[in-house]
Amino acid sequence: MSEQAPHAGFTEHIVPVRTYIGVFIALMIGTALTTGVAYIDLGRWNTVAALAIAVVKMLFVVLFFMHVKYYPGLTRIIIIGAFFWLGIMICFSMADELTRGWEYNPEPWNPSLILPYLFHFLL
Amino acid sequence: MWIFLATEILFFGGMFTAYTIYRALHLPAFETGSRLLEVKFGATNTAVLICSSLTMALAIRAAQTGKSKSTIISYLILTMFLGAAFIGIKLWFEWHHDYVDGIVPGLSWSYAGPYAPGVQMFMCFYFFMTGLHALHMVVGLGILTVLVAMAARGRFTSQYFVPLEISGLYWHFVDIVWIFLFPLLYLIGGRYSIGGH
Repeated sequence: MSEQAPHAGFTEHIVPVRTYIGVFIALMIGTALTTGVAYIDLGRWNTVAALAIAVVKMLFVVLFFMHVKYYPGLTRIIIIGAFFWLGIMICFSMADELTRGWEYNPEPWNPSLILPYLFHFLL
Repeated sequence: MWIFLATEILFFGGMFTAYTIYRALHLPAFETGSRLLEVKFGATNTAVLICSSLTMALAIRAAQTGKSKSTIISYLILTMFLGAAFIGIKLWFEWHHDYVDGIVPGLSWSYAGPYAPGVQMFMCFYFFMTGLHALHMVVGLGILTVLVAMAARGRFTSQYFVPLEISGLYWHFVDIVWIFLFPLLYLIGGRYSIGGH
């Protein structure tokens, strides 16, 4: 199998089972924590707490389950770059949408009209 | 594979962006809509997916450390079982529950509480985002089926396990999407004011 370049771009590092179990427990605690916090009134900090816990859980998955902790630099740059573009998309879209002069629309948007509308065009 | 996942981040990112904008514009409606969802289904499914990520990681490790093919296959089938359980809970319990409750826009809509149009929009976001995620889960199950077939033929050794590793990355990615969907859809609508609302 030597011609298959077995480890191209990947790590040869073998993560101990203990680390996987530890990460698993951390993720479960995170899930319980984020669910519990949602029932406490923290005002707008509820959203901050929920997203902060989600980001920490994501880091656990990315670093250990996806082995990025043991990866070479180039792969890490690609991953960071992907989140950078996501940040640009969200920030610029928000900046656009939230600074427009919205006019009041007396006809409320009615999603139940979407299906008949689609059928009208498709059939 | 990471380049593909980068495109996937932007693919789901488009929906997250749209969600963020409309949440900002219709905050009370989105919070009301969020309270209509059942946290118990969302939380259970989060736990199920985390378990499946663990078994996926252990399947790859089994190949890395040169374990027998039956060990690899057991972990893969366990992962498939958990993935199928996720979709099962989603379809048979949760979406059916939503249908009976009349909060499925276009198919079964009887919600007449406050902010009805905005709540309907929130439910559209909910079904599109979780639906797209569930579709990724179905694709993941297909990939796992192929992996089981490959493992049964003894294709994976401690020297060659790249298909397992790559598929694992995809599976964990889908898990991460759910890690964000769960709080955004189910939780940040102010669960504390339930009942008092």
